[in-house]
Amino acid sequence: MNTLLIRAGRLIDPANHSDQLADLYLDNGQVVAIGSPPDGFQPSHTIDASGKWVLPGLVDLQARLREPGAKHKGSIASESAAAAASGITTLCCPPDTHPVIDSPAVAEQIRQRAAASGMARVLPIGALTQGLEGEQLASMQALHQAGCVAMSNAHRPITNTLVQRRALEYAATLGLTVLINAEDPWLAADGCVHEGPLSTRMGLSGIPECAEVIAVGRDLMLIEQTGVRAHFSQLSSARAVEMIAQAKARGLKVSADVSAHQLFLTEMDISDFNSLCHVRPPLRSQRDRDALRAALSDGVIDAICSDHQPHDRDAKLAPFPATEPGISALETLLPLTLRLVDEGVLPLSRAIAALTIEPARILGLAHGQLSVGSAADLCIVAPNIPWSVRANALHSAGKNTPFEGWELPGQVTHTLLGGEIVFQRDE
Amino acid sequence: MIQQNPQLDAQGRLRHFLTTEGLSRQQLTEILDLAESFATVSGKSVKKVPLLRGKTIVNLFFETSTRTRTTFELAASRLSADVQSINIATSATSKGESLLDMLHNLEAMHCDMFVVRHADSGAAHFIARHVAPHVSVINAGDGRHAHPTQAMLDAFTIRRHKGEFPALKVAIVGDILHSRVARSQIHAFNTLGVGELRVIGPKTLIPPAASSLGVRIFHDMQAGLEDVDVVIMLRLQKERMRGALLPSEGEFFQRYGLSEKKLAHAKPDAIVMHPGPINRGVEIASAVADGPQSVILDQVSNGLAIRMAVMSMVLGRQPAPLEQPTEAQP
Repeated sequence: MNTLLIRAGRLIDPANHSDQLADLYLDNGQVVAIGSPPDGFQPSHTIDASGKWVLPGLVDLQARLREPGAKHKGSIASESAAAAASGITTLCCPPDTHPVIDSPAVAEQIRQRAAASGMARVLPIGALTQGLEGEQLASMQALHQAGCVAMSNAHRPITNTLVQRRALEYAATLGLTVLINAEDPWLAADGCVHEGPLSTRMGLSGIPECAEVIAVGRDLMLIEQTGVRAHFSQLSSARAVEMIAQAKARGLKVSADVSAHQLFLTEMDISDFNSLCHVRPPLRSQRDRDALRAALSDGVIDAICSDHQPHDRDAKLAPFPATEPGISALETLLPLTLRLVDEGVLPLSRAIAALTIEPARILGLAHGQLSVGSAADLCIVAPNIPWSVRANALHSAGKNTPFEGWELPGQVTHTLLGGEIVFQRDE
Repeated sequence: MIQQNPQLDAQGRLRHFLTTEGLSRQQLTEILDLAESFATVSGKSVKKVPLLRGKTIVNLFFETSTRTRTTFELAASRLSADVQSINIATSATSKGESLLDMLHNLEAMHCDMFVVRHADSGAAHFIARHVAPHVSVINAGDGRHAHPTQAMLDAFTIRRHKGEFPALKVAIVGDILHSRVARSQIHAFNTLGVGELRVIGPKTLIPPAASSLGVRIFHDMQAGLEDVDVVIMLRLQKERMRGALLPSEGEFFQRYGLSEKKLAHAKPDAIVMHPGPINRGVEIASAVADGPQSVILDQVSNGLAIRMAVMSMVLGRQPAPLEQPTEAQP
């Protein structure tokens, strides 16, 4: 049996309200004891974690691995290896692959490739409608049986409100969680940036705040009516956050996440037509950014995700509106979140929870914690080693980061998946 | 984060001309003053000056525009530069890679300047960011973003007819939302110190954050034109009737078209401008376009002087390659 001792680290496990200096004992891929060893424990291997933090492996609610369909941008193997280097042990991939994850075969193919690479747990999210076309329901039961942990129509909002209602009703029947990227496609039209002073000045087509707010409003009504368990992905606006807060206060079963870059960048970062800041939903105003931070601190927003979208070089090499949206974001997820702690936005335990137990709870997963008996998915972080983001040094196949040159806290030194070391930084 | 203005070189001189935004009043005035000296050249029988002899200028037009292209060609040849125009169907460069490939190919032919028109906002900035260090870029219109030489020729026309800017009230009328001309005018006129700058149009054609640009917004034509010295009409594209921005050309003309009656609300000696091409009976009545207050044809001839000024400023910065000491080639 493969036994492992992680010695003298600071264990931070928000799921168990625990923050302590303790040894961690792993056996057969599970946590078997914390603090003192089980009887007769003989570690076959020891990791010295003194001066370091030991965290549950991160759970990322949204990361595009580009496989199947866009292997020139990344693959399950390349992106799950980048996840391992970032302390992320569970990745959820949205259904807008090519082909779409609307059949069990595609879901199974993704899981098999992930198992073959063995670097991270890759959990597919199934399509709500066939081909994401917003017309006929996808086979949710079959997708669920094939390992899809939730259903979503990704960035292809269902325009027909009746179809949306039926999709939520049917998902509720099966007890499935639905992830929603809220955007009214008519109002978003051909927009590529937030509608505001920047879009006005730069002559770029805007996506107004109300495109998100109206979509959140519509779907909150349908969630209330259908009783579905729903989650809003990657909110971007202060007013949408307000509506989620009100819905939660009314007792509605909703949750929400935000992507890490939305907590740092604003529309003003595009002011030189910087295509690396072309994202969807768009970067909005400083006021929106501050509201997203506050919502995270209040618990209105439950989790932080990467919204990882690796791109090939050409995807960002064009005039701004012709570039593809998205950031290669796995490797900055934990460091940006820790920077929120440094900036006094979040207490450390809340920041870690937003990357571990909260996203796990949203999807009903057993991961994101360091309980005795849970899978030994964890990462070890050198908290005091600042590092500079270098696009060319990213493990991901996508080098498209707008954080080039940013000095961020927290360097992952080890990542363990089911007790196996899947990443170890050369020191 | 402070970003250096991508248009300026290390000495703060104009290396590219991409937008009127972010340039100083002194820099804009320098362009106008230089254009003034070229305007007199154009009136002479010998129209050429040898300022850019040996330089090669390529007009890259991803959107067709015979008029703008022609004035850039003329301006280049009056400065004695070699000039070549290339019209490129946008479909051939739908991928950014091939756009860059084409630029690098042209650079290999030792071009000194690209004059670029493109349907995407930011295209000129994108090209400027990727050209070799010795190549300059002039923006001849990018999407809805900027058309800086048009704005400068308009400022030039205003100065020639109306004198100094601080005493003037200027109104820009029509489709502000889609207009790169309006954006460049607003930045230029505000920097040059125009006394009051107004935009007039329906809410569907004025961007929601327009006031952040430093303009007064009017939805009523008569109120907006009251007492102004300069009326600038913008072209209304026919496709605006689709997309529910306007009900009809007729209704637009009724509310915002410049008729003699509406023009009477402006100062009696107000001038009327239009960047062209004109839609008669849509944004402007023929009687006004051809009337005594119209300076529309002056704008066209002033365009030549402005483009000569900008090209010679940008390319005249460094000594020509022939004057540089050259090392013996192996």
